[in-house]
Amino acid sequence: MNWDDLLLMRHELQLLAVILIVTCAEIYLSGRDKSRIIPLSLALFGIHMAAGWLWPVEGELFGGMYRTNGLIHLMKSILDVGVFIVILQAGGWARKQLAPENRVSEFFLLIWSSLLGMYYMVSAGDLLMVFLGLELSTLPVAALAAYEVLKMRSAEAGIKFILTAGLASAVTLMGISLLYGSTGTFVLADLGKQMQGNSLEALGFIFFFAGVAFKISLVPFHFWTPDVYEGAPVSVAAYLSVISKGAAVFILMILLMGFAPLLTDLWVNVLYLLAILTMTIGNLFALRQRNLKRLLAYSAVAQAGFIMLGFMSSQQDGKASIIYFMLVYLFSNLAAFGVVQTIEMHTGKEDIGDYEGLYRTNPRLSLVMLLALFSLAGIPPLAGFFGKFFLFMTVASAGYYLLLTIAVINTVISLYYYLLIVRAMFLRKSDNPLPLVTSDGWMRAGLVICVAGIVALGVASGVYDAIYALCAHL
Amino acid sequence: MIPGVSLIEILTVSTLMFFIGVYGFLTRKNLITILMSLELMLNGAAINFVAFNKYLYPGQPNGQLFALFLIAVAACEVALAIAIVINLYRKIKAVDVEQVNTLKH
Repeated sequence: MNWDDLLLMRHELQLLAVILIVTCAEIYLSGRDKSRIIPLSLALFGIHMAAGWLWPVEGELFGGMYRTNGLIHLMKSILDVGVFIVILQAGGWARKQLAPENRVSEFFLLIWSSLLGMYYMVSAGDLLMVFLGLELSTLPVAALAAYEVLKMRSAEAGIKFILTAGLASAVTLMGISLLYGSTGTFVLADLGKQMQGNSLEALGFIFFFAGVAFKISLVPFHFWTPDVYEGAPVSVAAYLSVISKGAAVFILMILLMGFAPLLTDLWVNVLYLLAILTMTIGNLFALRQRNLKRLLAYSAVAQAGFIMLGFMSSQQDGKASIIYFMLVYLFSNLAAFGVVQTIEMHTGKEDIGDYEGLYRTNPRLSLVMLLALFSLAGIPPLAGFFGKFFLFMTVASAGYYLLLTIAVINTVISLYYYLLIVRAMFLRKSDNPLPLVTSDGWMRAGLVICVAGIVALGVASGVYDAIYALCAHL
Repeated sequence: MIPGVSLIEILTVSTLMFFIGVYGFLTRKNLITILMSLELMLNGAAINFVAFNKYLYPGQPNGQLFALFLIAVAACEVALAIAIVINLYRKIKAVDVEQVNTLKH
């Protein structure tokens, strides 16, 4: 091995360097200067994100345990953009809430450790690597969910998350051990070749799948989602709903479409059922929510169901539609969470009823929220429409018309509760609407990036074509 | 390889451990007991790895290696869980899941 080989791990090494620099800054800066860590972290991560987009490389390291190619590079870069927006939006909150308690740098370090785990998970060529990446990406998030140590509901979110995560990882491990018992290898490429499609492998696969489905919050494994989203700090909820889910979707895609061809019939049927359940139950529960964070949590569950539609075809179009949808979903959902976070930080209100008449007092925030919700619902010409359109196209070309019908009905249901928020903001009059909220510069920058993404991705058709071309080889 | 003990017997023990863990996880009310159940499940999986490696694929030690990683990760997980439980205990002076119910519906 020489230095050129190590450059294959450029994303990971860069992020590690950022983590080490911020750790040193935490050690050497004195108490008063600690709030300077926020701009430092944002700048360093911005450089990392920009450098990450350049020079996609292809190759393997450590005897195939680590591998990368153009598509994996794209996945990591998408996750980078998401994390950058999340920490931008968290900047003002960190300055206001965390800086007085001297707990700024840990927040960034935990988020980045989790991101590092996701990098390794997406790049894994071996089930051991998948497992280690999965754990490294989950455990810091549990600490983040319980980050507001003085609040009861944050502690409750933490305990609920760590217990469910523990159960999920135990089940995953059982699944991996059964797969190992049947094939005798952990290397993904060999695993695909040695599988015979017997029932032990099917059982092992279902156990393994349960662990990943927990992270995507598919329906029988979704019970933690609303509680953790409501209890955790808003930026952590945003992180969970986009980045954590995105990484799990990516690894599921790589495993299913790249390495488990023999079990195709099995997982297509499993996902068919789970997609229907997830969309329907997520939407129906979202209808009766009054708390906006819980509503967005159930909406995130429903959106996970839509993502599963792309798995119905393991061809190029299935992969491309999933990645494109994740990119669009990232911008839309982070914009919605950004607005919720701004309002919650300044007024402490997070119910739909509190948003009545918001347009009168905060027109710009309301407009951002409107765009985000319309994009989530899939109204043209915003990006969300095209994301859903490509997913539906995939299902239609694979010939699952019943599933397509259910998905379209679910889109209409979801439109109802998204419009409920819009109605509260724009049409309802309130005697005492929320006061004018001035968001800080970082939050504003984050929201601008999100809005630009929502609008631009809907207009620029080149993005989907580029992703499609990259999906030719997984 | 243990003389006189077949793979099926070891797998029976590990599967029993796993499902006793699942049962305990779902029925217990005490957070510490729930964590112990979690440990049972993880250890059941670890036994599986070692047993498969020893009996079916004795050539290379990859299953045992996985079990080692598993033990380390399980320790991290439980350490973090205990920290969060202690944080909770400071607030409600109990480690009972029935009292952790402010977030619901």
